Amino acid sequence: MILGIDTSLGSAVAVVEPDGVVRSQVESADPRGHAEVIGTLIERALAEASVSPSDVTHVAAGMGPGPFTGLRVGIAAARTFALGRGVPVVPVASHDAVALELLIHDALTGGYEDAGDETFAVVTDARRREFAYTLYRGLDEDGLPVRVTGPALAPRDDLDGVLANAGAARRDADRIPAGMLALAAARALAAGRTIGPADALYLRSPDVTLPHAPKRVGS
Amino acid sequence: MNRAEPLVLGIETSCDETGIGIVRGRTLLSNTIASSMDEHARYGGVVPEVAARAHLEALQPSIEAALAESGVALADLDAVAVTSGPGLAGALMVGVGAAKALSVSLEKPLYAVNHLVGHIAADILDADAPPLEYPTVALLVSGGHTSLLLVRDLTTDVELLGETMDDAAGEAFDKVARLLGLPYPGGPEIDRAAASGDPKAIPFPRGLSRASDMAKHRYDFSFSGLKTAVARWVEQREAAGESIPVADVAASFREAVVDVLVTKALAACRDYDVPRLLLGGGVIANRRLRDVALERAAAEGVTVRIPPLSLCTDNGAMIAALTSELIMSGRAPSTLEFGADSTLPVTEIQVAESA
Ligand SMILES: [Zn+2]
Repeated sequence: MILGIDTSLGSAVAVVEPDGVVRSQVESADPRGHAEVIGTLIERALAEASVSPSDVTHVAAGMGPGPFTGLRVGIAAARTFALGRGVPVVPVASHDAVALELLIHDALTGGYEDAGDETFAVVTDARRREFAYTLYRGLDEDGLPVRVTGPALAPRDDLDGVLANAGAARRDADRIPAGMLALAAARALAAGRTIGPADALYLRSPDVTLPHAPKRVGS
Repeated sequence: MNRAEPLVLGIETSCDETGIGIVRGRTLLSNTIASSMDEHARYGGVVPEVAARAHLEALQPSIEAALAESGVALADLDAVAVTSGPGLAGALMVGVGAAKALSVSLEKPLYAVNHLVGHIAADILDADAPPLEYPTVALLVSGGHTSLLLVRDLTTDVELLGETMDDAAGEAFDKVARLLGLPYPGGPEIDRAAASGDPKAIPFPRGLSRASDMAKHRYDFSFSGLKTAVARWVEQREAAGESIPVADVAASFREAVVDVLVTKALAACRDYDVPRLLLGGGVIANRRLRDVALERAAAEGVTVRIPPLSLCTDNGAMIAALTSELIMSGRAPSTLEFGADSTLPVTEIQVAESA
């Protein structure tokens, strides 16, 4: 059983069987409050899947991109859950989960002609008047979305221009499907591949200002 | 759950130290600390986002190191403990998320506790000290907090007498160090500079110590006026083309901080008729503060307790120790419904206790 945890937008947890069957998927859309809900969501996902923590063989961690404060909660939770069971963490770029969902949906519905060849961008709100985006094109032979470029940040007003230049259709996402995150992990494991970064995808340096000489206080 | 001598792992991430502690009952098994202090040095103070990122990276290796040091397996634990607040919100959240997932993963109870009360609990782990007696006044001084507490019982009754209205004492040390061109962290640097200085050379002000302050702020502290006074004094000398006697400035500044801390702590002992004072927090590492507190307390018949310095700075062992006391006193675990509370009041010793 693969436990998927992502807090890059809202908070989402899922349990997926190694062959890809999604046993449970629970989430909170609240863009804050990740630390409040994460424990309960993990408990609920396990309960709804009728599995116990000892049935979990891998923990898929959504590595972002996403606003830092929330993103870290899920990564920390994924790592300690895995540590508690002595099982590996499988890092997954969060946008991969959205891309996988779109591609599977398109494949099932045949919605797009040559859908596999269309370049599209998964776009999420990065706050501070910026979007995070990743360009994808189709599924590879392991059933994983092919990342063309990204993830990267673009100013809100520039994004459409950037995507037009890349010939990519824009696909906005306001949630990360944890089931798809865990499915991507399952497919990566089956193929013996590492698909996600070991560290959080912050995409931004911390806000810091180097101190200048002490301010004069006057007399 | 073993309530006689619980085995507890504590996670502390309220500021810039990732602390993992393991205790069995009142016995310390591991006090593992990873600090991001060096990363903050160039900014002259703790940068919250830098601290939070460092916590995420340090957490798992620190837990593994603490387990290895104590020879404990996660499966043996009776409970997981975590700091819910007060502290830096983004930093606290890393610990809270980690602790919740670890608790669910291990199917072990979780206790969410108060960081400040944890500082008091650190004293319990001192194997050489006699048992903690109640009530006691506690003075907690660090880069993040300056609080004076009345502890009637560690697990049920802690009252806030006073706290800083602006900067924490440790912050004041950092800011004055910068003013004098000394590196971060300021505490040890000021100490070094003060060694050859005259603490009476410059009469810097004692914040909130005038008679008119006493009605409302008898036990409160303020250090920003002191920092400004030091800055003004230095500027005036510079404007007059004089050199700055760094040793005297450092010694006089430090004396002003120490004087006001000890005076107010001993006033609380007197007012509440409590002949016991417990010191905690990273600034207790300052030898002058310890010496003055010991000397003036002895003159007033007040016994001073100081935990080992490795347990005075922020650490996970104190969080585990407090939780161990809660468990031994029969308290139920916390539910999973709590978050990071950056302003958690000291009266909330445990958060979200299940009904
Ligand atoms: Zn502290």
